[in-house]
Amino acid sequence: MAPSDTELLEQHVDQKYEAGFITDVEAETFAPGLDEDVVRRISTLKGEPGWMLEWRLKAFRHWQTLEEPTWANIKYEPVDYQAISYYSAPKSKKDGPKSLDEVDPEILRTYEKLGIPLQEQQILAGIAVDAVFDSVSVATTFRDKLAEAGVIFCPISEAIREHPELVKKYLGTVVPYSDNFFAALNSAVFSDGSFVYVPKGVRCPMELSTYFRINAQNTGQFERTLIIAEEGSYVSYLEGCTAPMRDENQLHAAVVELHADAEAQIKYSTVQNWYPGDPETGVGGIFNFVTKRGLAAGRRSKISWTQVETGSSITWKYPSCILKGDESVGEFYSVALSKGRQQADTGTKMIHVGKNTTSTIVSKGISAGHGQNTYRGAVKILSGAENARNFSQCDSMLIGDQCGAHTFPYIDVQSPSAQMEHEASTSKIGEDQVFYCNQRGIETEDAVSMIVNGFCKEVFNELPMEFAVEARKLLEISLEGSVG
Amino acid sequence: MSLLEIKNLHAQVEEQEILKGVDLAVNQGEIHAIMGPNGSGKSTLAQVLAGKEEYEVTEGEILYKGQDLLEMAPEERAREGIFMAFQYPVEIPGVSNVYFLKAALNAIRTHRGLEEMDAMDFLVYVREKMKVVKMDEALLNRPVNEGFSGGEKKRNEIFHMSVLDPVLAVLDETDSGLDIDALKIVADGVNSLRSEERAFLVITHYQRLLNYIVPDVVHVLIDGRIVRTGGKDLALELEDKGYAWLEEPLGAAETVST
Ligand SMILES: Nc1ncnc2c1ncn2[C@@H]1O[C@H](COP(=O)(O)OP(=O)(O)OP(=O)(O)O)[C@@H](O)[C@H]1O
Ligand SMILES: [Mg+2]
Repeated sequence: MAPSDTELLEQHVDQKYEAGFITDVEAETFAPGLDEDVVRRISTLKGEPGWMLEWRLKAFRHWQTLEEPTWANIKYEPVDYQAISYYSAPKSKKDGPKSLDEVDPEILRTYEKLGIPLQEQQILAGIAVDAVFDSVSVATTFRDKLAEAGVIFCPISEAIREHPELVKKYLGTVVPYSDNFFAALNSAVFSDGSFVYVPKGVRCPMELSTYFRINAQNTGQFERTLIIAEEGSYVSYLEGCTAPMRDENQLHAAVVELHADAEAQIKYSTVQNWYPGDPETGVGGIFNFVTKRGLAAGRRSKISWTQVETGSSITWKYPSCILKGDESVGEFYSVALSKGRQQADTGTKMIHVGKNTTSTIVSKGISAGHGQNTYRGAVKILSGAENARNFSQCDSMLIGDQCGAHTFPYIDVQSPSAQMEHEASTSKIGEDQVFYCNQRGIETEDAVSMIVNGFCKEVFNELPMEFAVEARKLLEISLEGSVG
Repeated sequence: MSLLEIKNLHAQVEEQEILKGVDLAVNQGEIHAIMGPNGSGKSTLAQVLAGKEEYEVTEGEILYKGQDLLEMAPEERAREGIFMAFQYPVEIPGVSNVYFLKAALNAIRTHRGLEEMDAMDFLVYVREKMKVVKMDEALLNRPVNEGFSGGEKKRNEIFHMSVLDPVLAVLDETDSGLDIDALKIVADGVNSLRSEERAFLVITHYQRLLNYIVPDVVHVLIDGRIVRTGGKDLALELEDKGYAWLEEPLGAAETVST
């Protein structure tokens, strides 16, 4: 099954040679529909080695045997998987808007409020930017610095070609293709994503962010990210763009795998603001079905997820941690906002395998308008996980009286020495609080954003500084108009 | 023209009439005390002045600086200089006291055509004000009122007042729940702010406070009406006799309400 080293080498060499395909790909978009041929074509276009195609095909065949899950507390029209195009090459610069004048002023207003510099606005909006903003050289200096430290940070398609031994060793080990419906789909058709490798003992010299990766806005709907932190290393990865990218694509099914060896730490932060759909009708918007999982494999390793989710019409997402190494640590800090017709079913799973493992869950759900927000979290303590400890805190805030908050905590403790602590609260944003602010001269909209920000503070504190500022602004913008 | 003129004010909450024709005029530089039994409508009057929505004004008018106060949104009133120290100050988790106050002060300053204060200047300014009410610096960085003791909350209200520099301050039972030392500190805070331009409406149950904050006028509010108005000695008389002697003869109410 597995190709020999020589085969790999040959493919590797072929790969380089084929690098010219990129120009052809630019304009290519597949016709809707999904079959083995589509999977093969994606693999070919990406110039992948045979083992990768095999893996994709296995995933695809498995996916065909699966049913879409229905247990989540979300309602949506069934997705027709044959009506979707599974490959859309980066939008050609010719098709994009020629200048900011052609971009939806609404989007520009948001950029402005977020304080995104004009040049970056142009990139985000998909405008052809030439000499004005030398993104290529920015990316290069950035890569050189990382290479010096021995860190690899590149698109996963590139990693498959250039670092096949690493990809082969880890891909699918944390989230197997058979894990769930969306993970199987992603494994079959993923188009791109990020790859990060931090070698033993290295502290990654900078925050890694997809924001810096030029092609990030076009990585498509099926991203695949793999982060490997070897023994004693540290990396902080920031994902997502804080601007509302109005993608015409409806389905977004990503997979993220994290692997941390002994004493290694991975900090993964997400600020997500996909198009949430029409606030009145719910039409449009992104269906966000994401599988994110981290394996704290080694002793005293640590995985921490921080997410601020304000976008998408449907969110189905449970970043989780498998705490395998003794004394390993898992953390989940989350802010999820649902407004308009948005529905979010999100939470985490902490699986304690090793001894003296600890996990912390802090979830803040905010519902406004007709938004429905569900926290679904599982804490599982296996019998060998002596002295495992979990602390969970799930708070919900309601703004208005047409929205909803739901909490489903699942707890499965098989070790008698486990210590569990669970706190939950639901509060309506207090009219008294708002009035108190008003009485001090602060207007209602500012008061609400201040109160909500206060409510989310513990989570924002976990974000890297600049990100925390953006997250706060994003929340403010998202809340605009949701208060009467 | 008085700073504040309340004329024949009727107000109800949940269909129930609480204020049944209140008349009151407060001039700049004056301190008025309002006393009265529990449930007589003192806090209702304060809330109506501050603009709390659920208190519906059904009759009468309120002029502030000659303008129709009832037309103004609560934050507008605040920016125009009305401050209310709440009987029950509200907690705002996760929002630090200093951040909150800076937002408040800058909203007010902007309204008044002044430049916003930056973080550094604000800190210097706020530290100065803290001395007035002898507030512990730790309370500055803690979330607004969260976990504050009863006395700390009240003191924090006076601290807010001194930072926001109001024209008309309404203190709703700021003395309740304070120990003697704290009471003196709060009173000193008020006295230090006393000026020709500023007026105070002090709601209290205890004559004791009025030994420290000496009022120009004392009003007695019973069952939604001001039944008597007098000088500071009226408070002493109330301390002595209670309210019963004022409740009986309706005639008394009529003599003052004109
Ligand atoms: N929000 C409300 N809903 C229902 N009833 C209210 C509300 N606010 C005030 N009341 C009623 O109005 C009446 C007057 O209340 P108010 O708080 O003004 O009294 P007070 O004079 O301040 O009393 P105290 O000395 O006890 O503080 C009381 O009977 C009270 O129950
Ligand atoms: Mg009262």
